[in-house]
Amino acid sequence: MTAVLDRVEATSTTTPARRPRRRLGDLIVPVFAALAFVYLMVPVAYTVMFSFNDAGKTNLVWQGFTLENWQNPCAAPQVCEAFANSLQVGVISTLIATALGTLVAIALVRFRFRGRALTNLLIFLPMSTPEVVLGAALLAQFLTLRVPLGFGTVVAAHVLFCISFVVVTVKARVSSLDPALEEAAADLYASPWQAFWRVTFPLLIPGIAAAALLAFSLSFDDFIVTNFTSGSYTTFPKFVYVSATRGIPPQANVISSFMFVLALAIVVLVQVLGYARSKRLRAR
Amino acid sequence: MTTTASALEADATGSGGAALEIERVTKAFGAFVAVDDLTLTIPSGSFFALLGPSGCGKTTTLRMVAGLEQPSAGTISIGGRDVTGTRAHQRPVNTVFQSYALFPHLTVRENVAFGLKRSRASNIPGRVADGLDLVELGHLADRKPAQLSGGQQQRVALARALVNRPALLLLDEPLGALDLKLRRQMQLELKRIQTEVGLTFVHVTHDQEEAMTMADTVAVMNHGRIEQLGAPADLYELPRTVFVANFLGQSNLVAGTVTERLTKRGLLGVDVRGTRVLVPLARAVRTDGAVLVGARPEKMRLLVGDQAPTRGENVLGPGVVTDVSFMGVSTQYQVEVPGLGTFGVFAQNLLGGATVTVGSAVRLAWAVDFTFGLDGAQARDEGTVDLDDEP
Amino acid sequence: MSITAALGESVSGDSAPPPRRTAQRAHLVLLGPGLIYLVLFFVVPVAALLATSLYVPVPGGDVGEYQPALHWQNYTDAIAQFWPAILRSFWFAFLATVAALVIGYPMAYAIAVRARGRKLLQGLLLVLVVAPFFTSFILRTIAWKQILADDALVVTLLHWLHLLPADERLTATPFAVVSGLTYNFLPFMVLPIFAALERLDSRLLEAGADLYASPTTTFRTVTWPLSMPGVVAGTLLVFIPAAGDYVNASLLGNNTNTAMIGQVIDARFFKVLDYPTAASLSVVLMVAILLLVGAYIRRSGTEDLL
Repeated sequence: MTAVLDRVEATSTTTPARRPRRRLGDLIVPVFAALAFVYLMVPVAYTVMFSFNDAGKTNLVWQGFTLENWQNPCAAPQVCEAFANSLQVGVISTLIATALGTLVAIALVRFRFRGRALTNLLIFLPMSTPEVVLGAALLAQFLTLRVPLGFGTVVAAHVLFCISFVVVTVKARVSSLDPALEEAAADLYASPWQAFWRVTFPLLIPGIAAAALLAFSLSFDDFIVTNFTSGSYTTFPKFVYVSATRGIPPQANVISSFMFVLALAIVVLVQVLGYARSKRLRAR
Repeated sequence: MTTTASALEADATGSGGAALEIERVTKAFGAFVAVDDLTLTIPSGSFFALLGPSGCGKTTTLRMVAGLEQPSAGTISIGGRDVTGTRAHQRPVNTVFQSYALFPHLTVRENVAFGLKRSRASNIPGRVADGLDLVELGHLADRKPAQLSGGQQQRVALARALVNRPALLLLDEPLGALDLKLRRQMQLELKRIQTEVGLTFVHVTHDQEEAMTMADTVAVMNHGRIEQLGAPADLYELPRTVFVANFLGQSNLVAGTVTERLTKRGLLGVDVRGTRVLVPLARAVRTDGAVLVGARPEKMRLLVGDQAPTRGENVLGPGVVTDVSFMGVSTQYQVEVPGLGTFGVFAQNLLGGATVTVGSAVRLAWAVDFTFGLDGAQARDEGTVDLDDEP
Repeated sequence: MSITAALGESVSGDSAPPPRRTAQRAHLVLLGPGLIYLVLFFVVPVAALLATSLYVPVPGGDVGEYQPALHWQNYTDAIAQFWPAILRSFWFAFLATVAALVIGYPMAYAIAVRARGRKLLQGLLLVLVVAPFFTSFILRTIAWKQILADDALVVTLLHWLHLLPADERLTATPFAVVSGLTYNFLPFMVLPIFAALERLDSRLLEAGADLYASPTTTFRTVTWPLSMPGVVAGTLLVFIPAAGDYVNASLLGNNTNTAMIGQVIDARFFKVLDYPTAASLSVVLMVAILLLVGAYIRRSGTEDLL
């Protein structure tokens, strides 16, 4: 077959021109992609670099290398408090959103019921609504009901925009599960409850974990919705935004860089472990 | 091997499996009737095959027996106990699923122990070991299903079902995913295990050869009903419907009209486009009017030139050989008879290869005793392999 | 990372039909908490937003005091006053989406197709795509500001190359805002396209070549159509947040020709305490996006996204 194709190519007049062009074309994608990766990483590198800046008050211009910011990350007023608030909001919102979203995802895949399309729409709408509208809507409601703004309203808002992402993530995992597995469990004397906890749930864990990670990163980095619903309560992104006008302390860069390195280390570790395991499996 | 198997058998509840009775069961999905008023009794200890094309209702029947589907009407009893209303996990039935449905997060050992743990059986480790020995997989007990080959996964699925010593073992196209050679091997293996443990096996398949090799009794299903039920050889030699004649092996069928009834000789005379063909009365579904006369291709032989038929043979033709295929053990001829259609003839290669060439004029002869008569109202091609229907 | 799978999945629809099972009310128990939450914190707030958009100031009341009414004129007033910001938001979002597609598609292609079979490389490249998520969105935007600053490398280089006239700058320009939007939402474009391309069977490409298609033709007739679900998901994931964003506009833009609708809504809410105008602008933005998204999904034939 290949031989035939080669002959066809050889007889076509465009061949001499096409061969080198194809090789050049092979390079275009990787080179372009490499440039794009640089584009993606430069601001991150900037952020990390400026965590070592010997800045006075504003951290906009490079003034010299120092480790002091890393040694006293809480030196700037409020920065660690905001960071702690963000962690707290992130963890609690993630727990609630993951629990609620997982249940909805299972129901959507495993059951046919009236109102399924409507449910899907209700999941889809918050994702296709810009954050500024979500924030404005929640604020309008909180103002109308005279709910005091603060930790509670921020968590409520974060759970809302995380749920839909949890649902789609877990849904993908549930629908990739063979329904025959649950049937096999039932066939092997497992009650529906046992079948769920012994078969379905363990198999969903990767999807649920991914959804939880996604929810946490959405919550932790959210500014717009938080800005609308937080009142005087300050999260880390809000702290950074507010202090942008009068100068962001380099400690903010330290915290951000620390989170970046931590997350990167975890992800890389998971990747490498997974790679090593798949390699070991193949070796057997 | 034999010792572990007999140990399993000795422990088993009583006589090795229970009888299954399906009584007037119907299952409808909306307007589509998957199983239509089905009544069936499967005696305990038998190896029973439900054979039919995809969509004939055989898998639905199996799922209803397993409790994974509720019948719209009718009752299902296992070992004399009505289980119609009970759910899958409450039935003494285990299934080997088509996709095996092995739990990917559990090891082979944990997979096999799953049912025993749920039913709080005693001596679980011992029974799991026995079960794995029975399928010769003891050495792979700590692997995950993804690390096994297709054939090994199939055997784990079998062990996982068998260790529970179910009253009834259901097999849903268990060999469908295996390649041909492995499938042949597993067919023999399954048959051996069934003989050893003596349980009642109900096997669903669309592969007629598989059904005939393994089962004591085969029920051919079509459109939610059983077309014919019997021992494989009986079904093959004496099909009672066009569907069975075509689905189980191949058949040469020609339309004719009953013209005489030779009661003394136990024969029917049938006029096939001016030629008289004899059909044993006992092998005819209809004894008057329009019938289809049939014979299997390997029962037919070619008469070349003036070659005369022997006594007790039907003859049709002349026709022309349109195709000759050498198959090793046999040669397959296609013969076109004007007005009657194409006939297939299998000739054993007793003297080497083909003896007749394409284009030769031949007649067809076959023993009256192997002729069968079917209802002429049925379509002649029902049950033949349609390329578009194949999954 | 599995957001990609998730989105790809939802775009391509549920391939396997849900098992035939009569719902035994179990679904209500599963759905109940989540749906009640969405009703309380999405449906009701959107209703509150609609109501607020029609409020009128309390006669003789303080600034920020409003009372229920059906003052539809709020909408015409808001649109008449802020239509340039509305249009600009959609224009910027569109530009950012196109730019993200142009930059993101080759990235996704490189990871999914070129790095196929090299698991470790693929994993590391994916980590790089999501890495920006791990640093603060706002800090990254400020980093952009520094990168595009008048005395920084990029501008100096462009001046030196005479690609940018000596008296022109990049900060506080529409270009800065669009490039910030592109940058911030780029991973949302790459991931779904990667998910779609990863599922692409490489034998299809070989079949394309086998049937005498040149690489370009194979791409146009096989790869691109099959990656469509990812492209649709990616463009939506970039366009929707970009249209509503105001962080980029306020940090990278100026006050005259880069104002986006999000900034206006934010300012109306917090600086002017003009809740009805902010609410009507929000409703306009939401409805416009839903109409655009609906039309887009319908046109691209991926309705089962819903």
